[in-house]
Amino acid sequence: MSGISRRRFLAGSIAGCAATTLCGTQKALAAGSFTGYPEGMGVLVDLTRCIGCRSCEAACNKEQNLPAPAKPFDDMSVFDERFHGGTQMRRPDENAYTVVNRYEPEGGGKPVYRKVQCNHCNEPACLTSCFVNAYTKTQEGAVVYNPKICVGCRNCMIACPFNIPGYSYSSAFNPVVKKCIFCHETRLKNGRPPACVEICPQQALTFGKRKDMIKIAHQRILNEPGRYVDHLYGEKELGGTGWMYLSSVAFEQVGFDTTTGNEPIIANVKDFLGTVPMVLAIWPALFTGFHLLAKRKDGHGHDDDHAGDHSAAHGEEEDKS
Amino acid sequence: MKSAITRGVHPVDTPSKDEMKNRKSWNLLDKLLLGLTPREYLAQAVMNPFNWILGIIFAVGLPLIAYRFLFGLSVVTHSSNDYPWGLFLGFGLFAMVPLSASGFMLGTTVEIFGRHDFEPIERLALLNGLLGYLFAVIYLLVDLGQPWRLPYPMVVAFGPAAVLFLVAWHVATYLSVQVAEISVAFFEWIGWLGGKRFIRRIAVGLTVAGIILSTLHQGALGALFTYAPGKVHPLWYSASFQWIHFFCSAIPGGLCMVIAVSTIVKKTMAWRCDGNFLDNLDRCTFGLAKGASMGLITYLAIKLIGVAHDNEWGYLATGWGSWFMLELAIGVILPLALFAWAIHNQRVGVVRLAAFITVFGVVLNRLNTALIAFNWKLYPEIPHVFEVLITVTIFAIYIVVYRFILYRLPVLFAWKAVEAEVPVPATEPIPSAAMARASAPAAGAVYRSID
Repeated sequence: MSGISRRRFLAGSIAGCAATTLCGTQKALAAGSFTGYPEGMGVLVDLTRCIGCRSCEAACNKEQNLPAPAKPFDDMSVFDERFHGGTQMRRPDENAYTVVNRYEPEGGGKPVYRKVQCNHCNEPACLTSCFVNAYTKTQEGAVVYNPKICVGCRNCMIACPFNIPGYSYSSAFNPVVKKCIFCHETRLKNGRPPACVEICPQQALTFGKRKDMIKIAHQRILNEPGRYVDHLYGEKELGGTGWMYLSSVAFEQVGFDTTTGNEPIIANVKDFLGTVPMVLAIWPALFTGFHLLAKRKDGHGHDDDHAGDHSAAHGEEEDKS
Repeated sequence: MKSAITRGVHPVDTPSKDEMKNRKSWNLLDKLLLGLTPREYLAQAVMNPFNWILGIIFAVGLPLIAYRFLFGLSVVTHSSNDYPWGLFLGFGLFAMVPLSASGFMLGTTVEIFGRHDFEPIERLALLNGLLGYLFAVIYLLVDLGQPWRLPYPMVVAFGPAAVLFLVAWHVATYLSVQVAEISVAFFEWIGWLGGKRFIRRIAVGLTVAGIILSTLHQGALGALFTYAPGKVHPLWYSASFQWIHFFCSAIPGGLCMVIAVSTIVKKTMAWRCDGNFLDNLDRCTFGLAKGASMGLITYLAIKLIGVAHDNEWGYLATGWGSWFMLELAIGVILPLALFAWAIHNQRVGVVRLAAFITVFGVVLNRLNTALIAFNWKLYPEIPHVFEVLITVTIFAIYIVVYRFILYRLPVLFAWKAVEAEVPVPATEPIPSAAMARASAPAAGAVYRSID
């Protein structure tokens, strides 16, 4: 305690307390969870209206300057494609930020088409898992990505509960993550809907403030209870998503994971993150303490200086051997 | 090398040739070639059949590594968006790091708890830790999309809330700590006593730093999977305990890796080990095995607590449950039983067998978590054959570097302290009684006793 006297320490503490009190918040501090920007935009996807025309895929391809697909966008045979032993349907990748898949619901009936793209979570797993902060949740509601700082660890792809981000593995010198960015740069920033929403001929996609989309969705369920399952997927799932879905059939029948729960992904990690400062704070004293305890026994009254102590202890070892 | 020794060659283990009579120091080439002439060295290297196996692996694997860097990950992997982490990380990072926990374990034993009876094996444990981490980073560099951006989380952009941020910082810091810890052997080898004394002085600080960093990043590697609750099978997943499962299994993993490596060393390079190492190895092995047993039984308990905590008993009746129980039976319960029996009956051979099984068990657990039980709801991923070959090649480089260092630096043997009789240069003040003691040691006293 030579650098700072007790009096100065006390004075500093009191000043700190006073400053905290004076600048104190009027409201209680916000809880640790984030439920999205209040004015953030969202899209309501109504699966009952989608006819599987794939024009959203085409519009996205054009808007994002993606390479031409192997099969043209009016070729409906892509709905029959299966991968990995016939178990998997198409998924977004570096060449397609959105895909539409066709599901045959149990018990017959019309096929259901489901558009897949980034759901633009309120508290995105990709963002929270990124160690260079390459992801940003913008005030407009988009989850965007900065390819200039991405190291390519692909932890975001591990973390994404919807398996959305794709990686341009084929690039040797500048591989990056490729995913839907809500047309943030070209449209959303200027208040315009994304290309896929604008082109949809069936109005299966509705663009607006997320909070309004929730109201519209529940209104639709209320107006036509026979048409919809009474659930808005994405309203609460994983902390809420910007893109939300209405369906006429059970969500698990059309490829949704209904086991995710409503906590954002980061909630699972908080247990560990909480232990980090504790280990950092406690371990030094704990293990230095162990060291001192162990040394007292060996030292036979030697001082605690490590160098002297060590060779003394060592000398004893050598004497024994 | 063994045959060279039988012909009367004495491998370099002293600062100067002909210890007392002739003060002519070994030059660097002598040290690098172990006192052989270049021709002799080459001859013994060619005679070793293991080098031919390595040569074949490198002939195939090194071009593949170049191929990966020139043409991208897609030419050597399946470019999976569903399995973004393949063998390079599943094995290279997640399995190599727990097997490298030996450094901080033995550091703690010797430096913190003052158990100097484990000193003969301490340096091997430290080196094992350093090389394991180094090669985990090398595996990572092969896997990263843009490896040249590896320092970005340190200098360009920070994501401090991410677990991987913590891993990056801790592995980088811990690598430096381990370089410092093992540098004592290097300083002896190059004959710079000042550096050695400095490291000895900060040894406790380094060791405590090592414990902190190890606790956190061993755990953090587990915590990385808590980002994927829907992807890792529930039996291998635990939001609350994942980090401590990984940390706890790293303890027997690291200790058993030292037993495994020391077994190989004893069998293949006994010429390089000194009497102190060989005479104490069995005793140290039993000691390490006792530590590993305690780690294993704790690990078994907390794995079962993990199942109970999330009420996953129902999964045990499924195919995944059988695989989970098989992993625990082979990787944990079997070595536990073998250790118990072998320690009780003083059968060091069985202890060594159990250590190899434990190492296998830890690797299996990491592969299960990262690859096999990952995406259990989707489909299994079989790695690309080139991915397997590159993984094997990097492991072969690891073995070569490991062997290169063990042959030369005083890790398995004590560097004979002839230089201690050379008067201390006047520019260096003699600080303490420790130095006074050092200036007149008995001939053949080891450097390690000098501080």
